[in-house]
Order: sequence, then structure tokens, then C-alpha cells
Amino acid sequence: MTQYTAGTYDVIVVGAGHAGCEAALAAARLGLKTVAFTINLDSVALMACNPSIGGPGKGHLVREIDALGGQMAINLDKTFIQVRMLNTKKGPAVRALRAQADKIAYQYSMRYSLELQENLDLIQEEIVKILVKGQKVIGVVTKTGGVYYANAVILTTGVYLCGKIYVGDVSYNGGPNGLFPANELTNSLIDLGFEMGRFKTGTPPRIHKDSIDFSKMIEQPGDKEIIPFSYTTGKINREQVSCWLTYSNEETHKIIEENLYRAPLYSGQIKGAGPRYCPSIEVKVVNFKDKKSHQIFIEPEGINNSEMYIQGLSTSLPVDVQIQMTRSVKGLENAKIMRFGYAIEYDFVIPTQLKPTLEAKKIDGLYMAGQINGTSGYEEAAAQGLIAGINACMKIKEREPVVLQRSDAYIGVLIDDLVTKGVKEPYRILTSRAEYRLVLRQDNADMRLMEIGHNIGLISDDRYKKMICKKGMIEKEIERLGSVKLTPNSDTNEKLKKLNTSPINTPVTLEELLKRPEISYESLKELDETREELPSEIIEQVEIAVTYEGYIKRQINQINRHKKMENKRIPEDINYDDIHGLRIEAREKLKEVMPLSIGQASRISGVTPADITVLLIYLEAQKRKRTSG
Amino acid sequence: MSAVADTIAAISTPIGEGGIGIVRLSGDRSFQVAKKIFKPRSKRDIDKFENRKLYLGNIVDPETHEVIDEVLIVFFKAPHTYTREDMVEINCHGGLMAQKKILDLTLRDEVRIADPGEFTKRAFLNGRIDLSQAEAVIDVIRAKTERALVMANRQLAGGLSDRVQDIRKNLLSIIVHIEANIDFPEEDIPEADLSHIKQEIEDTRVVLDRLIQNSGAGKIMRDGISTLILGNTNVGKSSLLNALLKEERAIVTDIPGTTRDVIEEYVDIKGIPIKIIDTAGIRRTKDKVESIGIRRAMDYLDEAQMILFTVDASRNMTDDDLYLIDKVKDKFTIVVLNKVDLPLKFEQKTIEELLPGKKIVKVSALKEEGIDELKQAIYDAVEQEIGFLDEHAIIAGERQRQVMQKAKESLDLAIESMANQMPVEVVELDIRQAWEKLGEITGDTVSDNIITAIFENFCIGK
Ligand SMILES: Nc1nc2c(ncn2[C@@H]2O[C@H](COP(=O)(O)OP(=O)(O)OP(=O)(O)O)[C@@H](O)[C@H]2O)c(=O)[nH]1
Ligand SMILES: [Mg+2]
Repeated sequence: MTQYTAGTYDVIVVGAGHAGCEAALAAARLGLKTVAFTINLDSVALMACNPSIGGPGKGHLVREIDALGGQMAINLDKTFIQVRMLNTKKGPAVRALRAQADKIAYQYSMRYSLELQENLDLIQEEIVKILVKGQKVIGVVTKTGGVYYANAVILTTGVYLCGKIYVGDVSYNGGPNGLFPANELTNSLIDLGFEMGRFKTGTPPRIHKDSIDFSKMIEQPGDKEIIPFSYTTGKINREQVSCWLTYSNEETHKIIEENLYRAPLYSGQIKGAGPRYCPSIEVKVVNFKDKKSHQIFIEPEGINNSEMYIQGLSTSLPVDVQIQMTRSVKGLENAKIMRFGYAIEYDFVIPTQLKPTLEAKKIDGLYMAGQINGTSGYEEAAAQGLIAGINACMKIKEREPVVLQRSDAYIGVLIDDLVTKGVKEPYRILTSRAEYRLVLRQDNADMRLMEIGHNIGLISDDRYKKMICKKGMIEKEIERLGSVKLTPNSDTNEKLKKLNTSPINTPVTLEELLKRPEISYESLKELDETREELPSEIIEQVEIAVTYEGYIKRQINQINRHKKMENKRIPEDINYDDIHGLRIEAREKLKEVMPLSIGQASRISGVTPADITVLLIYLEAQKRKRTSG
Repeated sequence: MSAVADTIAAISTPIGEGGIGIVRLSGDRSFQVAKKIFKPRSKRDIDKFENRKLYLGNIVDPETHEVIDEVLIVFFKAPHTYTREDMVEINCHGGLMAQKKILDLTLRDEVRIADPGEFTKRAFLNGRIDLSQAEAVIDVIRAKTERALVMANRQLAGGLSDRVQDIRKNLLSIIVHIEANIDFPEEDIPEADLSHIKQEIEDTRVVLDRLIQNSGAGKIMRDGISTLILGNTNVGKSSLLNALLKEERAIVTDIPGTTRDVIEEYVDIKGIPIKIIDTAGIRRTKDKVESIGIRRAMDYLDEAQMILFTVDASRNMTDDDLYLIDKVKDKFTIVVLNKVDLPLKFEQKTIEELLPGKKIVKVSALKEEGIDELKQAIYDAVEQEIGFLDEHAIIAGERQRQVMQKAKESLDLAIESMANQMPVEVVELDIRQAWEKLGEITGDTVSDNIITAIFENFCIGK
């Protein structure tokens, strides 16, 4: 292959999926000359799996991406066809938005965002090699021999690395949705000394809408009041499309069991670990034998096509079995399958080889984000892409890297988990992974992160000022509620009685009353006649702050206590072999992960509190040596 | 400036030697806490105490006003202290029980038990210890940590670990259900029933509370090591009790079957509280009252942690003696050969053969001879068998107790949150905290367990 010099950029992004798009947009917006390569221009921001974005943890990520100046929320707001707030019966910390996107519309709106972006080129080319000089990345080579140079390269290759498709006993090299795999890049990574792993994921069949009998299913409409994902989106009034719920049955399970020997998951063909939270129907039937039926959601892939996604029926059984089992489901008796389900196996890079900045420890300027790091999910990918894009720029501009803490954001939890603990299955964010869940809410992502986004340069002064103003209004209102005292008199107590709450016999502030579980800000109006009308998002924040004050304070105290450890930096050139008194296991683990802070070190499994003490004493000794010598 | 903010406390001299020990505090809150529990002997204002001066007074439990011990206290103002933080030393001489109680009293206002070697660690990190000694400091901390671990494990052998494990399992299943509801709201998992959870948490709390009451050194220090004097009638059991107590507590006569009820008394043997139980002598009898006493004595045999098996050496061994030998041979027993002031009817060897491996002490309860030897034998045996007679051991046990206490407090908070109609993720917060805390006892705190358990228990896969 003849090579030629094709161009020079600041930042190269390899792959234009959900991670790649955010990385490329962030880099270009921060003023760097950027190019994004995609294996197929028509599959930019492809939603290869389900047509939905959000949910617990994931919806939080989307909000955080928005607060840091990413694109996902904005384009999702433009293209979703249904939206729901989940967990509304629970508390604010675990409420989460989830939307059904119009896949094609989302994809093309993202592609258009890239096309319109200044400083950004979008090119269809497969990258086969990463060029490195010494320990520094210098560029990439395309399959057709083009050599592109850059100061930073961000790999966001999704499930394409040595992708292999399985349907029954048929298997072949391929990417998702009939796209090409990227077979050569893995070798380039191995040559650079990266340790690779292999994961598996799968998809269900897609069915023609007109072949479904919806009358036999339960309708799942969207919320009446639409709450957008992006803080920049105004009120949305949109006709929404429903999803539908049906169930598998004993007949379905019988068909599966009888054909298990033909399932590549059970015949030993597939070796990669699959996600436990997204098992194929065959795994569900085998692992939960007692369950006579499983939920199946029928979700539209978009408005301008007839494809319906059969959520819950993910499978790699042979095509004839797929047809049989699908048609055994109520309402799908006459189903016409348009695409068959498949499993895909792919390579990923063991993520403990990355720094919390998402830069590879081994190679300067090489960043990775998304499924290449062993995660799953569009939202997880986009979040990493954004951070990798930002940090590539920070490095080039010689600015401090952006590392979000576990107490700052779900993004912090996600990346810290990846680089500190590694992955045993495709990693999905869950709210239960966050230790500071009450603080990391989807409703306050703007107040948690916009300042950081503004400092980075991705949040405009205008947006930032708006947020500061919102914050001010919230604080002012809380202060006011704390200062207005009600005196115990018959009028007041009459009103309290109407609110089904106990009367007062000493003066009580409105704030104290709002803390009562039976009283809302709205109902307090009776006793607070002179108050100004406030926007609903302000009221929401005031209510949360007052009702959960004690709990939130406790969590903030915990965060502050841990901050010292998180802020205690471990120099990158530390030599763990030098440290007297570390146990061998701890030494090996520390060498593998190379944590950046004492806090991160303490989260590595196999490192005990005594090891941390030893480390602290060593660091103190080093510091004293330096200052005295 | 100190690197660490919280205040720590520990017993910091080995006990046993004359019962003198020091309870030490270090950190911002040391003075405040010490002032709460110390009542000076003189009328001097405690706030005007001078730095580094010894003051005499009492440690008084601020809640019960009980006087725990007479002590000498010293306040050391930062930075010229071992840790470069404010420090207090309480010199007490009331034995181990008093030291433990004083330590307990200091654990308030967020003061916690020091980690192994933590005083040394602070001394180093705060620049008090020379750089050249960094490695020595690490060795000290490592050694203390390992010692503490050994102690903790030894105490766990008493089944505590299993019981804590059970509690954790219960809590985990609650947490997992809540988490599954939260993270997978669209799966067909039934919503966790809060009133059911409330009941479970309340039950768990009761179990935990009982464990705290009965935990390791805590229980022994409070209740003493229950020690049963067992023997035939008239062998001198009550005399032995009196000799150990140095007072005439039990009635002594030469009529066999004098003691009919059970007498319990405490002696302090080098700081270890020993609860001595004197019972009716064992022999076949037709007297009803006595046989009730005997039955009761046999009940005590099952519960007692230690047996002082008493034999009258001035007479031949009886069938009743042999009957009892069989009962005590698998127990933690010291053999007391009494009445050695009289001519002996059998050799020590005879007993040695009947009860191989048991310690035998010759005494005369009447003349109070051999009593010190007996006390030493009791002390040694306890140290060997139960093994928590030094500061590390006490602290290890105390730490476990504190962990359980904290876990219990978290469960209280969870119950309170439920009463205040807080949402489920708020309630879960404290249940999880209790679960995590108890993991410090069983040695696993990996929160990935929660996620693993979700997938094991629920079919997730929308
Ligand atoms: N010479 C001598 N006599 C003793 C000694 N110890 C106890 N006696 C005597 O033995 C008799 C019985 O003593 P107790 O202490 O009442 O014996 P006991 O085992 O409690 O008896 P019961 O309660 O009746 O079972 C009393 O007359 C004591 O004075 C000893 O060491 N030497
Ligand atoms: Mg008696």
C-alpha cells in the first residue's frame, strides 16, 4: 500500500459513534483543528441497539453532558418521539428521563451538527494504524494509505474492533447492522503494547409495524407534560408515539429450550462476556426457569419507517427459531421480521490502562472513549467521548486536565470505576454505583457542572450567567422561607388544619413547615399569600433543598471528609518498588492502576487501609526530602 | 496544621502491670471531650488548667453520674505534643475494666477509636517524627495492624462473624430489592414494600443490639468471666470463695450441704473481672431443697466459662468426685486441691491421671495459702484461652463493638426516615451504611456485591 500525507490536524477522532461525535465536537468547539473518521458516513451516531436514550443513571449522564456543553441532549430533544420521567413515585435523586428517539432523525441531526461545526472535518475512512513516535502519538493511517498527523488521537471505535456476528451456527466478521468491522486496528493496539479483552452484546429482531396486533398489548404512552433533556431547550409540545408491552409465554420458552443446542451462547462459540443487565432471551429462560413469562416492549424505531424494536427478545438463536419464538408471543402471531437478532463479539482495551483523563498511560496523546473501554450504552459512550475530547484539548493547550470526582458527577463515577476497577462485563452506569446519589441528581446537573463547562470553554457566558441567576433565585427563596415566621393564632391553625397537618403553638418558619412530608411548596401558598410567583424549576429546587436538607448536608459532609484523600495527589513517576512496607498484592495492584490520588488508590480492590497509611507516610517522607534537599 | 481532622482515642499502655493504664486522646476535640467526663478534685476551674500539669480527679459518666475511676489527667496543647495535635492523657489505676469504661466514655462527639498505629502515623505525618524514621514508623504500623487483625479474628471465632454475616445478608436483600426497583423501574419486579422493610429493619436492629450487649471483651468486662466453683460437699468451696474475696461472704460450716443457694461475687484479678459462683456441693442426697441446689449447680456447669474444680485432698476420693471429674474433663477447668494443710490422702498424680492436661493448684482455703498462685493460674488460663488481655485485644473488641453500634445508629436513622415518609432511596442510604459498616467486621466492603446480587435475584433485561 502506497502511503501519502493526507493532512495535519490538532485532534483526530477515530469513529463517529456517540463517543466520537461528542469528542470531535468538543475539540472543534475549543478551537482545535479536528477530523473525525467514520467507517460509513451514513452511520454517524448510529443507535445500533435500542431506540431509547436515558433511564436511571443514563438520563443523569445525558443531563451532565449537557451541562458540560455536549450535544447529545440537544439533538435528542429535537428528535425524540416519546419521553417519560421514570421513578416519579420515588425521590428526586433517582428520578430519570428516558426518551424514545427517532433513530434516523437522531443520527442525521448529529451528523448535521458535525457537518456544520467550524474546525471539524468528517471523513469516511477506516483507520488501520496508529502512528507513534517514542511514547507519543503522532497520527493515523487510513486503509487507503492516507497518513494524517495530529497531536492527539481519540479512539472511539465502538464494537467494530474485530467485530464478529453470530446468528445460530452462522458467524462472520462484521460490524453492527451489516456494517464493516475494523479488523486491523486491534493489531496496531496490540503492537503498541495494549492488553485487549473481548466482550459480547446482542440485539433482538425488528418487526414490521403492520404485522403486529397492538390490540393484544398494553399501551405505554409518553408523559403528558414533556420535560426536555437539555437545559437550553424551551417548552416542547410534540405529538408522541406509544410503546407497547406484551409478554413471552411458556410456548416461547419451550421453543427456546428445545433449540438451545443451536444457540451460540450455549454451544461454546461465543467466549466474550455479555452484559448481565441486558441478557438475551435464551439466557433469561435458562437462568430464571421459574419465570413463566418475560416482558417484551415493542418500541418504534422512528416515525418515518415501519420498523419496530422488540425490546426483551435479544437473541442469537438461528433465524428459523427467531421466527418461531417471535410468533409465539401474544400480538406477534403474524409478525414479519425485517431484521434478525444477532450477537456481536468485539475487542476492547482493558480500561485500567487509562488515566482518569482517558489518556493511555503508555502513549502520550492517545485517548480512548466508549465501548473500546469496555462500556455499553450510548450515554456512557457520549460522556466519555466528551471528556476525552476535552482532555485532548487541555493537553494540547497545556491546561489542567478535567477529572470529575465521584462526588461531582455520574461521569466521575463512570470513569473512576473504569480506570480504577476495570470491567468484567460491558459496563453500564447505575445509580447504585454512585455513593453520593442524593447530591448527583438529574435536576441539578447544571448547578453541579456548568461552572466547570464554562471554565473549559464549552458553556457560553450567557448560559453560565443564566445558571448563576437561577442559583441565586433558589438561595434567595430558601432564605426568605427561613425568615418568614408564622405566629400561632386561630387563623393560621385553621389553615394548617385544612392542609391536614398539625397546628402550631410556637412561632414556626415557612421553611420548617415545608419540611413536613404532607406539605408542599404549592400547598404552603395559603399561608404565604404575599409571595412572588416563581418558575417551576426554582420551586422544585427549593422543595428538594428544604425537604432533604439534613440528608444532603450529611452527604456533603461525607464528600468533604473524602476530599482530602481525593485531593492528595500521587506523583505519576512514583516507584512502588521503592516503598518499604507495602504488601506484594497491594504493590502489584498499585503498579497496574497507577492511581492519581490517594482517594483513587483506596478504591483499588486488594489495597487495604494499612497500605494507604504506608503510602501516605512514604509520600510525606518524599515531600520532606524534597523540601530539605 | 494537622493533616487529619477527627479526634481519636485508645488505651495506650499494656495492662497487667499493677493495673495502671493510660487512655489517650488526640485531635481537636480531645479537650472538649475530656472536660465532659473529668471532675477535678480541687475546686479549680478546669478551663484554667495549665498545660502539661497533672491534675487529680474522677472520671464520671456524664449520663449516669457514676464515678468510674480516680485518675490523673494531663492536657497537652498543640503543637508541642507527640502527634502535634491537642492531646489528653488519662492515667487510671482502676484496672482494665475501668480503662475500658473510660475509653467508652471518650467515644462521643465524633471521637473514634484509633486505628492501629494511628498515633504514630499522626506523629509522623504532622512532622513530629524525624524523616530518618519513616521506615521504622511503617514497621510499627504494620505490626500493630497485624496484631489487631489477629486479635479481631480471634474474637470473631466466637461466632460473631457468622451472626454479623447473617445480619448483612438480611440487609443486603433489602438493599438489593430497593436498588433493583430504582435502577430497573420498568422491569416487572414488585415494588419493595416499605412496611415490610420497616419490620425487617426493626428486627435486625434488635438482633444487632443483643450482639452489642454480648460482644467480646465488652461482655467480659461488664459481666466478668463466669467461674464456677464445683465440687463435692464439704470440700471447702465456700471457704475458697471467701479466701479469693478476702472476706466472709459465704457461710462455712463443717456440716456437708451448707451451701444451698447460689452465691455470685466479683473478684478483680489483675484487671480481669471474674464472677465467682459458689454452689451447693454435689452428692447424692434425699434432701429435696439440696437437690434443687444441685440441679442448679449443674445448670451453671453448662454456662460457666471456667470451672474451679475443688477436691478435698485430706480424704479419699469418692464416687461423687469421679462423677464430677467426668463432667469437667471437657471443660475449661482448673483443679483446686484443697485442705493441703492436712495430711494428704492421695497424691497429685492421681488427679493428673484422671484429668490429664488440667492445671492443678494446691491451696489451703482455711489458711489462705496458695491463693495467689491460684489467682495467677486463673489469669494465665484466661489469657491463654480467651486471649484478649492486652490493649490491642481490648481495642480490637471495642472496635467491633463500635462498628456494631454505628450500624445500629444507621438503622435507627433508616427507621426515622421511614417514619418521616422519606422516599425509598433516602431510607436505603442508612440501610446501606449499616451494611457497609458491618462489612468492616466480616472484612468485605465491596459494594459490587450489591450489583451482583441484583442480577442474581432478579431477571433484568428490558
Ligand atoms: N483444714 C482445712 N479445713 C478446711 C479448709 N477449707 C475448708 N475447710 C473446712 O471444711 C469445712 C467445709 O467448708 P465449706 O467451705 O463450708 O465447704 P463447702 O464445700 O462450701 O461445703 P458445702 O457448701 O456444704 O457443700 C469447714 O469446716 C471448713 O472450715 C482447708 O483448707 N483446710
Ligand atoms: Mg458451701
